[in-house]
Amino acid sequence: MNEGYTVEMKQIVKQFGSVLANDRVDFRARAGEIHALLGENGAGKSTMMCMLSGVYRPTGGGIYLHGRQAGIRSPKDAMKLGVGMIFQSFRLVQSLTATENIILGESSPFWRGRGWMKTKLEEIRSLADRFGLAFPVDRPVWELSVGEQQRVEIVKTLYRGADIVILDEPTSVLTPGEAEQLFATLAHMKSEGKTVIITTHKLKEVMAVSDRISVMRKGRMIASMAKSETTERELARLMIGKQIPAARPAQARSIGKPLLTVKHLDVYAEHGRKALGDLSLQVNEGEIVGVAGVAGNGQKELAESLAGLRSWKRGTVAFDGMTFKTASVRAAMEAGISHVPENRMRSGLAGSLGIVDNLLFKSYRSPERSTLGFMRTARNRAWAQTLVEQFDVRTPGLDTPVRQLSGGNQQKLLFAREISRDPKLMVAVHPTQGLDIGAAQGVHRLLVELRETGRGVLLISEDLDEVLQLSNRILVIFGGAIVYETKGCEADRERIGLYMAGLTEEGEAV
Amino acid sequence: MNQQTVPAPLASGETAAEAKTKRLPFRLEFDPSRPDSPWWITIVSVLLALAACGIFIAVNGMNPVTVYAKMLTGAFGSSFGLTETLVKTIPLLLCGLGVSIAYRISVWNIGAEGQFVAGAIAATAVTVYFPGLPAYAAIPAMLVSGVAAGGLWGLLTAIPRTFFQVNELITSLMLNYVALLVLNYVVFGPWKDPQGFNFPGTPVFTEAMSLPVLGGTRLHLGLAFALAAVALYALLIRYTRWGYEWRLIGANPEAARNAGIRLSRHIMFVMLLSGGLAGLAGMAEVSGVAHRLMYGISPGYGYTAIIVAWLARLNPAGLIISSFLFGGLIVGGYSVQTIGLPSSTSSMLQGAILFFLIAGGMIGKFRLRRNV
Amino acid sequence: MDLFVQLFAAAMASGTPLLLAALGGILIERSGIIQLGVEGMMLMGAIVACLTFLRTESLALALLAVFAVSAVLGLLHAFLTVSLRANQIVSGLAMTLFGAGLSAYLGKPVSGIPMPGAVPKLYLPWLENVPAAGGLFANLDMLTWFSFILVLAMHLFIHRTSWGLHLRAIGDNPATADVMGIRVQAFRYGCVTVGSMLIGLAGADLLLAFSPTWIEGMTAGRGWIAVALIIFARWNPIRALLCAYFFGMLDTLGFRIQLLGSEIPSYFLKMIPYLVTILVLMVLGWRSRNKPSGAPEALGVPYIREQRL
Repeated sequence: MNEGYTVEMKQIVKQFGSVLANDRVDFRARAGEIHALLGENGAGKSTMMCMLSGVYRPTGGGIYLHGRQAGIRSPKDAMKLGVGMIFQSFRLVQSLTATENIILGESSPFWRGRGWMKTKLEEIRSLADRFGLAFPVDRPVWELSVGEQQRVEIVKTLYRGADIVILDEPTSVLTPGEAEQLFATLAHMKSEGKTVIITTHKLKEVMAVSDRISVMRKGRMIASMAKSETTERELARLMIGKQIPAARPAQARSIGKPLLTVKHLDVYAEHGRKALGDLSLQVNEGEIVGVAGVAGNGQKELAESLAGLRSWKRGTVAFDGMTFKTASVRAAMEAGISHVPENRMRSGLAGSLGIVDNLLFKSYRSPERSTLGFMRTARNRAWAQTLVEQFDVRTPGLDTPVRQLSGGNQQKLLFAREISRDPKLMVAVHPTQGLDIGAAQGVHRLLVELRETGRGVLLISEDLDEVLQLSNRILVIFGGAIVYETKGCEADRERIGLYMAGLTEEGEAV
Repeated sequence: MNQQTVPAPLASGETAAEAKTKRLPFRLEFDPSRPDSPWWITIVSVLLALAACGIFIAVNGMNPVTVYAKMLTGAFGSSFGLTETLVKTIPLLLCGLGVSIAYRISVWNIGAEGQFVAGAIAATAVTVYFPGLPAYAAIPAMLVSGVAAGGLWGLLTAIPRTFFQVNELITSLMLNYVALLVLNYVVFGPWKDPQGFNFPGTPVFTEAMSLPVLGGTRLHLGLAFALAAVALYALLIRYTRWGYEWRLIGANPEAARNAGIRLSRHIMFVMLLSGGLAGLAGMAEVSGVAHRLMYGISPGYGYTAIIVAWLARLNPAGLIISSFLFGGLIVGGYSVQTIGLPSSTSSMLQGAILFFLIAGGMIGKFRLRRNV
Repeated sequence: MDLFVQLFAAAMASGTPLLLAALGGILIERSGIIQLGVEGMMLMGAIVACLTFLRTESLALALLAVFAVSAVLGLLHAFLTVSLRANQIVSGLAMTLFGAGLSAYLGKPVSGIPMPGAVPKLYLPWLENVPAAGGLFANLDMLTWFSFILVLAMHLFIHRTSWGLHLRAIGDNPATADVMGIRVQAFRYGCVTVGSMLIGLAGADLLLAFSPTWIEGMTAGRGWIAVALIIFARWNPIRALLCAYFFGMLDTLGFRIQLLGSEIPSYFLKMIPYLVTILVLMVLGWRSRNKPSGAPEALGVPYIREQRL
């Protein structure tokens, strides 16, 4: 075994159903270094780290810690071996205090009087101070800021004796100032001889903080090098890949009049977080507008606002000659906006109902589907049958609960429902997420068909290849606003990648 | 995600829990996405419940087999027993139907008892305040007033739920006690029959205030109401837009919202309907069976209705069968009193049946997996 | 003043069963399981206490029997909701219906037999001359004293012990608790069982100390009021004490008003606790639009461990 490597993952294969998330990936990290695992969303980097921390078990390959094969079967096992992971969504109990969260797994002693608690508070405060992690140790977690919660997570990991600390996209939830503080902490942990691994897609922070960089793309390890050997541009190229998408969109010939015009939209998400700020965009008839961006930059809120599910504080949404004053699902539906939501089983389909009922979701009010309050059952079944055939939904029968269908067939069903309503505009959010290649191509064909028949499509996706392949125009969303726009035929992958990561061409933060 | 070559799995680990159970050749795995248990599980569950209660009957020094045989013949063995069973089926069917409609959209109405009583009181109010009405006016007036009162009682549960996020379980149950207290007030107080030798009840209704009966039996027009209501319910949930919307809300409220359905409106309407059906049952009970309003007008129909609905899995045909069975259980409960068992034998059986139904309903979600 | 002391003493007597039931419910719901079977379990507790006490004349044996039976019922609820992941609401309803039926069945032969003085009183002569407190505390029964101790013990258990910490974590975020090495399912079994024993004790207290005669359905909705009390008390034992006495007061108020020669029929006075319950719930619901209700986050959600692939 190679000396000096605290973590070695060899020929790791991970398969979820028919999806291959990791394909024979090698990864190594040393003590006393900050190792950045770089890659786009879906590149397989988080999956790798989840296997290291025992959340998933690899389909194939071996994990070695300090040169010895490690049988990691659960997060508990990993913790015993000194591996701790800080997830993007924190594993904290909101109603407990920071200290209580940190000592949660500890079994002794039974009685915990004020004195005992005081010594614990001191112990944790001093541990936190040692790594420059300031947070109120005796406040409930829900009162803490996201940055503070992350510090609680880090201290929890350190308290439980981790010497290999993994942070999954640690800066995705932080303000720039908090990120700076985090980097200082990471440096401190490094100097104490810990192995620090961060997964990220942000080039700037990779260059700022890491010692070594491994780049993953599409489930494969592309390259691994010291920071001094590389540049941001080279990393962007490695991360995004250079290949030109096969099919470029047909050009302007059929683009028609403006369909959707959004101006200066301000939208607030839960807990008063600003999700969209001064966002403007336009979609014309007969074009696919791709919105590229990293998750959590306002894509979900944008789609929900257009579908009438989320109200906006400021700005205008004009569609096909009318202006929406307030968010209303019915109004959006009747105006001809279709919405393929992000999470199909949660908000798009009713898993326990059959095909017919799921197809009727939005059209059951129309006179073709129901009359005088009665559903036209026989007619609707025949209609569902033609849709199933037309969209090639593979199902044992029309009454099969849709949760028993494969992901691809569920998505076909959703598209069948939305397209059957003859929409003027289709808002599709991550439409190929979790689908295999064949199913994804089917979805792409449907989107292109919509464009060819003169409809507008707003394609919101984290898959840059998908956006590049289909879009007439490409917008990049970052921090709740459109920061870049380009024609599909002139699109430069690398440049888009930089904007998605919050960088301009000059390497400055937007 | 684009790779075609998939290497064969090399090794598979196991969690600590799995390692512990590895000695067993099989393990049970919970899978929430699996379909409900098959229908025959329901029958097995009911039989197991009877067996379990047999223990308590044996404790009382009786032979459970004899007791069950007695109940069976008492409820279904004679034309008298059968009509009595049918008479009990009517309120159970109407109340069971009411709670089924609410459960379809996940509104836990357990207030059918109070809604039943409210309907009975309101129907009787017509007879008290307009004693001289002819049959063609009295019966419809009692009907409307009973249904309206039941519906209103249901709305009293729906309003806190939709506007104040108050759990409908507690509200509907509290209102049961309120309705019962109103009942006791009127039958012990202002409406008490002056010639009733202190019996807590109103004067006996006149012919004009009583529902027509079949031949010389106690079977009354309420059965037609109940069957018509079931038919309407079947029609509603299968063929109408409302039924479709309820199906959607019950299956996935968030998806229903995305389809532009307003939940609060449906909750109000469904509770109105649910309460109205229980109110109709109350009206039919006073007008068709008791012919007066009296203390203890309901032997817990509203609670038994919950089990009736659960046993039927909210299905219309199932409701008819299960309310008939529970009607038989109540009548059978009366008939075993003659051999010295309390009438509460049947309520004990009812509770046990619900327990076993719940357990049986979950069995299908488990899968026996071979440990490799 | 004397009237006030009398009123408060009556409120304590009728509030103690509510308090015990609410404490048991708090323990169960804090672990994330809804318990709507309180009414049925209280009835079972009452009838078991009644039968055992009539046969043995021993309070200790009666309570032991109550604990044993309630624990079995609790295990049944835990088996259905924790292991089988059945609908917790329906399981609770089944418990209520079954408890009501079985207690009526078992209680038929003993219905109406009075059994006063089952619970010995703790006579504290030195307190007697203290104003107010003397009238309240000098001659309380053992179960009331036990309920005081229980409130304190439960408060300390929840906030000052390692298991209490586990309890709070499991009720709010079982997935995190599981990752941290806490055995979620086993812990829930324990909480449901012990909590059910307390609810059974509440029934026993109602029968032995408050109204010492078995009558079918004698709880008269107290179990459901206890369920509402848990919400009023925001899952906090000390607040539960205050809320229980408040409802105990309402319970006795009707009786008192009648003694004063009021014209209002007693039936309407008896409605007060039920109607106030609904009103308070509505006020709390209105308030909780922008404020957390204090309910455990995972209440009512069966825990299914994520499949590790």
